[in-house]
Parts: sequence; structure tokens; C-alpha cells
Amino acid sequence: MSTVPADLKFMKSHEWVRADGGNRYTVGISDHAQAALGDLVYVELPSEGDEVSQGAGCAVVESVKAASDVYAPLSGKVVAVNAALADAPETINAEPYGKGWMFVIEAADPAQLDGLLAADAYAATLDG
Amino acid sequence: MSKSTVLNAIHRARGARMVDFGGWDMPLNYGSQIDEHHLVRRDAGLFDVSHMTVVDLRGEQVRPFLRKLVANSVDKLKAPGKALYACMLNEAGGVIDDLIVYFMAESWFRVVVNAATRDKDLPWIEAQAKPFGVTVQERPELSMIAVQGPNARAKFASLLTADASAAVLGLSRFGAVEVAGAAIAGAPGGVSAAASFGGPLFVARTGYTGEDGFEVIVPEADAVALWEALERAGVGPAGLGARDTLRLEAGMALYGQDMDETVSPLEAGLAWTVAFDEGRDFNGRSALEAQKAAGVPRQTIGLVMDEKGVLRHGQPVHTASGVGEILSGTFSPSLGRSIALARVPAGDVGAVEVDIRGKRVRVRVVNYPFVREGKAQPGVLA
Repeated sequence: MSTVPADLKFMKSHEWVRADGGNRYTVGISDHAQAALGDLVYVELPSEGDEVSQGAGCAVVESVKAASDVYAPLSGKVVAVNAALADAPETINAEPYGKGWMFVIEAADPAQLDGLLAADAYAATLDG
Repeated sequence: MSKSTVLNAIHRARGARMVDFGGWDMPLNYGSQIDEHHLVRRDAGLFDVSHMTVVDLRGEQVRPFLRKLVANSVDKLKAPGKALYACMLNEAGGVIDDLIVYFMAESWFRVVVNAATRDKDLPWIEAQAKPFGVTVQERPELSMIAVQGPNARAKFASLLTADASAAVLGLSRFGAVEVAGAAIAGAPGGVSAAASFGGPLFVARTGYTGEDGFEVIVPEADAVALWEALERAGVGPAGLGARDTLRLEAGMALYGQDMDETVSPLEAGLAWTVAFDEGRDFNGRSALEAQKAAGVPRQTIGLVMDEKGVLRHGQPVHTASGVGEILSGTFSPSLGRSIALARVPAGDVGAVEVDIRGKRVRVRVVNYPFVREGKAQPGVLA
């Protein structure tokens, strides 16, 4: 089964967040999420400069099977997006925690991170 | 609790993601449904379709019974070993199910109906059969494996003895033949545990992918051995996910999504399966004739979207003739864009837009099938 990287924080809705330092946070979807969606065929990303708020939809991943909103795990400004996903959405299937990252948020309130799930707590939500 | 086919453990051993389908625990994919789709379009893929319901109809009056039961004409079946696609209608002309009828012998026809509709189909067929003295026997002890793709027939035939191989390769489209289990047990490439392979194998040149290939009905006890022999012959497993994109590219309807009891075959794009032959009083005929006389109120159209995104079941479809909805919609791996079937009011549809999560997107109306034997059909890729 999939392992959940210990250095990431998660939302119950399967987004992950990695602290990159300097108040920047990279966001993607979990291995569990990509497997549940199946082969991804489109990714709709926010634009650089967009303001996003925690818990609000800011991206869409679409597989052969279903379209699914991706929620912002933190409020703040989008400062980078993974434009390579437009031509290769399957990268998320192959490397959800690596090259399949989706966007980077400059957090307005880094304390929001404390409300997210630690890796083991997220892994526990996937059992049963 | 879902039912399992005899191949369930193999699917799991191959890493399948399993889903409930019509009450059955079935493989959705074995990793990538897009890879499995391409495997079938380019080479050969293997599907477990044992959840489908095989029913044998026996009696002197089977043919007259089927003349009444289904809207297509079984009189098109002139030689044993031929198959026919047909809809089974209620008196109102609605589709109870779609099925394949195989003509085995004058007193023995075989039908294969959908798994999800089994519980309503069997009582209906039994009630209809009674006046004709036809016996209705479900065959749950039979498994069904589909081998589909441009190389499927050759790879399957490589498992058989020379005579049996010639027999199955000699089948025309919609032809079927029964070969003895010994034909595969004794062949060099066949099933190694020869003594344990009982057979027989019922082999039909039919399918649900738009590719050439066979559907093979085999005793449950032999299904695992056959599956593994086909894998050794270089046929890879493909799941229901790929089956759905393949059949929609091929313009084939899915019961429950593209038609049901509230829809007539004339509205479902299935008029070609209705035979109004002289004097044949099939169920629903008078309703269909009334619908034709009054004007069929709805039509099924094929759609292609050139923009990014995926057309999906239930999305509203805006046309010049009124609003309808997407029936089956998916991403087409062969075309690299989304395709769909939609039901809309009759008439000239004009420019068509689909409402995708609140956004109107222009789509093109095209003739379907969208893809046939690996090739995009004319007009599908503008």
C-alpha cells in the first residue's frame, strides 16, 4: 500500500502541504487520492498571484472517471504553479509527492498549518 | 456483499483496483485504465465478463418465443452459430435490457443479458416463455472471458489444436462455435494441466470494444486455466474502466446509462436494432409504431469536445431544439479529447453547448462510432 511521507501535512480531502521555508508551502494531492481518481487527463491550476483561502476550491483534477476539486490547505497568495502538468497530468499519478506538485502558496497565516493532519493521523483516516 | 467471479483472486493478485459493478466485485483497472485501453486498441486485452448472465432457452417454440420477446428479428439468424444484438422491450416500447441472442440449434438459443438487470430480466423472460413451453435455464456455472484487440484472435487461436484453431479463425463477425476442451488442453500453447481442463469452450466473434476478437464462455472450473494461458500467450488484463472508454468510442450503448425502460430504442439511437417485419407481433411494437407516427420526440446524438475538460453523465446539453443531457461521457484515450452520447429533443440541434459546472462549452455534433478498429472515424477529429 501507499506510504505517507512523514514530513508532510494533510487535509482530510487528500491535499498535502510541504513547508519549503520562507513562508512558502508546496501543495499537491496524496498518493491515495491519485489512485482513487485513476488516470488523470486534465489539471486546472490557479494563476500566479491568485489569493486563495483555506478550505476553498482553487484547482481541479480531472480523471477519466471523475472531476475533483482541490482545496487550498492554507490562505495566502499563489506564487508558483506547476505548468508542466498541463501537458502531462499523469505526472500526478506517477509522482504525487514529487514532480506531481501543483502550486506554491505564500501563507498569510502560517499558524493555519497547525490545524492540518500530521502524516500518521492522515494515514489513519485512510484505514477502514 | 458483492458477488465474486471465479477470477476474483487473479484480479487481486494482478493488483486490480476493485469496484462494485451491478452487485459484483469487479476490476476497474490493474494500474492504468488508459494503458489498458491502448493495449486493446493496439494489441490484445483480456476482460473478465463472468458477471454477465448467460441464459439458455430450449424448446420447440424458441424461435416464435424470441420473435415476440425482442425487437430485432431472430429470423435474421438463418444458420446455427450466428448471433444478433437486440433490445427486449416492455409493452410501452421501453427497453428492459439489451442482449445478444445466439442461435445454437432450432430448439436451443442462448442469450447473454446484463448483470445489473438480471433480477428483473429472468422473471420477465420466464413469464414470457411460459405460453411457448420454452424452458429458461440460467447458467451461473459458466464464466465468460473477452479477448479483444487486433491481435486477439490470433493469440487466442494459438492456444488451440490445429482443427479448433481453424474453426475459430474461420468465424465470421457475430459467428459462434463450440470447441471441445481437448482442443485447448492438448495444444502445445494451451492449458498445461491438460487432464483438469474439462471444456467445452463456446467461442463467439463478438465484443464490446469496437475491436475484433472473441467472447469465450467456459465452465467456471476452467476459467482460471484459460485466463492464465491467455496471459502466457501475451494478452494483458484490462478492467471495466478501459471497457467503458472502448465501448463508448465504439458508439455502443450501456444499459442504465444510455437507455432504460423510460426510453424507446428509436430515441436511444438503436432504431437499427428494431425490425418491423411483416406480421411479427413483438412486445412494444404498437407503442413504437405510434411513436413513429406521431414523431419520435427525442434523439441520441454523438458529441466531441475540442476544449479541455471531460463530458460527464447528467450535464445539461443546450441545443436549438431544446435542452437535453449527457448520457455516457468520458475522456477518449484514442482521440485525446472528450466524447459523449446525449439525448436531446428531436429536430435540428444547431450549435450545441454543454453546461460543465456552470460554464457553457461549445461541442461538435458528430456521427458515431467515434473510433472503430483503432481509427478515428471521419469528422470526429475536426
